[in-house]
Amino acid sequence: MFKKFANWAKSRGGVHPIGHKEKSAESAIRPASLPDMLYIPLRQHAGASAIPIVNIGDKVAKGQLIAVAPTEVSAPVHASSSGTVKEITDIVAPHPSGHTAPAIVIKTDGEDRWFDAGKIEDPFKTPPLELADKVAQAGIVGMGGAIFPAAVKLKQGAKHEIKTVLVNGSECEPYLTCDDRLMREKAEHIITGARLVRYILQAYRVVIAIEDNKPEAIKAIQAAAAPFGSIEVHIVPAKYPMGSAKQLIQWVTGREVPAGARSTSVGTLVHNVGTIFAIYEALMLGRPLISRVVTVAGAAINDPGNVEARIGTPISHIIDECGGYSKPPEQIIMGGPMMGMPVISDNAPMIKGATGILAFSEEEMPSKNQSPCIRCTSCVKACPMGLLPLEMASRVNAEDFDSADDYGLKDCILCGACAYVCPSHIPLVQYFQFAKGKQAIAKDAKKKMEYTVNLSVAKQNRIEEEKAAKAAEKAAKKAARQKASQARKAKSKPAPTSAPESTKEESNEQ
Amino acid sequence: MLEAIFVFAVLGTCLGCGLGFAAKFFAVKDENPLVKEVEDMLPQSQCGQCGFPGCSPAAKAVVDGEVELNFCPPGGRTLVENLASLLNIDPSSIGEVAKPVLANIAESLCVGCTKCLKACPTDAIVGANGQIHVVISGACTGCKKCLDSCPEDCITMQEEVEDVNTWHWPKPSASPIPASAEGCNV
Repeated sequence: MFKKFANWAKSRGGVHPIGHKEKSAESAIRPASLPDMLYIPLRQHAGASAIPIVNIGDKVAKGQLIAVAPTEVSAPVHASSSGTVKEITDIVAPHPSGHTAPAIVIKTDGEDRWFDAGKIEDPFKTPPLELADKVAQAGIVGMGGAIFPAAVKLKQGAKHEIKTVLVNGSECEPYLTCDDRLMREKAEHIITGARLVRYILQAYRVVIAIEDNKPEAIKAIQAAAAPFGSIEVHIVPAKYPMGSAKQLIQWVTGREVPAGARSTSVGTLVHNVGTIFAIYEALMLGRPLISRVVTVAGAAINDPGNVEARIGTPISHIIDECGGYSKPPEQIIMGGPMMGMPVISDNAPMIKGATGILAFSEEEMPSKNQSPCIRCTSCVKACPMGLLPLEMASRVNAEDFDSADDYGLKDCILCGACAYVCPSHIPLVQYFQFAKGKQAIAKDAKKKMEYTVNLSVAKQNRIEEEKAAKAAEKAAKKAARQKASQARKAKSKPAPTSAPESTKEESNEQ
Repeated sequence: MLEAIFVFAVLGTCLGCGLGFAAKFFAVKDENPLVKEVEDMLPQSQCGQCGFPGCSPAAKAVVDGEVELNFCPPGGRTLVENLASLLNIDPSSIGEVAKPVLANIAESLCVGCTKCLKACPTDAIVGANGQIHVVISGACTGCKKCLDSCPEDCITMQEEVEDVNTWHWPKPSASPIPASAEGCNV
């Protein structure tokens, strides 16, 4: 009773959607077969697009670097299998817009031959920042769906004091079980990965947070963590969005990340178990991120389960691994049902951030029968950030984004809990996504405006300077000419023939 | 009675002098300071698309209320909103702003004369004598100054195409959300 009361202050809002996890959680991770073609997008991460360094016709090996990161906040891309680069072109992107995006297309040769990149002798004796660089070179991004480059977070250890590394194994989205299966099957590797991250960040302790609906994963991780004193396993209640970094930090450490601040400001960093596993593979085995475990589920899938698929495998190929469609899907979602994004075509490839591939039948789709807001404030109770979604949405509807900001639009994590509970089926989260998109465009436009104003002022200044320099040069030449003619006039009387020679000598001396 | 007249006369003289001095010392010397503020917001490309010879005369016209706020195509919607908030005008009352455009050089026609380079107010065109020129889209304001300078007519203005990076979720259609308290009038 008392414990329940103590926890009351720790958690705000949240919803309890039906799990739908049973079917996929029970079968072991299956390795996907090699597809004929791999479509590897150049931008699978937050930040700048990667730049290809291979040409059409090049032979590449599995794990070979094929595109480099142009800036720190970006990630390189590696070939997921051996073969020949067939094209570097725009393909159907795994994106709700259905737009195309640049990608490297590899025709696989079936050999699946590894590129020998060499591995680190003993990672625990290598300087932490060197290890963080290795993680950056392996192209690892946040595998829980946030796709933020992992190395950027790891380098925070040098700038901030990180007390706690939180390993996020809560997996609160319905349907998804890829982290659950990974923890059950690769517990020891995850523990080694977590120890590596603790070492890189020079953190005091590691907390692995797992929701209480995954008893087997908890058991496996607890057994693997037992020999290491600095690793704690923390069981958190199953609730959506427990897996959101800010909510998890608040639950585990009792500290709330301030509005507009990052988790480092409360001395904590969160990494998903999938990311931790990728870091283990990169540092212990020298393997870049070229595959991931993805949950294939939904009522339109014949045999739901978890598949380890290569990055760039077409979604249709992965679905075939799970017995194909049982009925025509109403919608295909990449990621979880709450925060994932619909994809227009199953020809699109799977990318690094794909936690799930869900094919929904018509019965599983949310109701589209919108009715007016009755101001019941269900969304206010559900909001994990303590915001007023109904007020924000009405302001966004009027396109008054500044006023929506006053109601905390900036703090909205787009979790969709508000839209989930809304009895009027108002797509609240879409209003916030629309508003954030508009704000981003306005911000970019403002940035460009400032940049071009600076450019044109610089050009005007340059032209004026050039003019002034020309005028000065002209004046100097004129003065020199006058001086010379005066000198000539002065010298022409006593010795007219020797005048030019003497001026030459003078100038030589000068 | 006399004291009162005296006191008020002295008071009036003093305050009158005070006002006179204030008018002299605190006078706004230049023209309207708002003009300068508006001018700083404009793109400074001096492109003349608004019909004024440059950004400075245009700023004056804006402050005097001679033009609509959507007069500046390179400034786009952002400029309209910024100006509207500065001048306290409702931005929704302003009509559509011309869609932003970018210059594009047809590579097969470009002879590398460098004329457009000189015409571009933001140095958004890169090239050299006899080399194909190219537009840096991040620096192009779509001011159209390069159009006339090109002897080969190889520059065209194109609307920016939406891609994965510039796409955002559309506003939900059919939105029966009432604004604030209106919903309670059952």
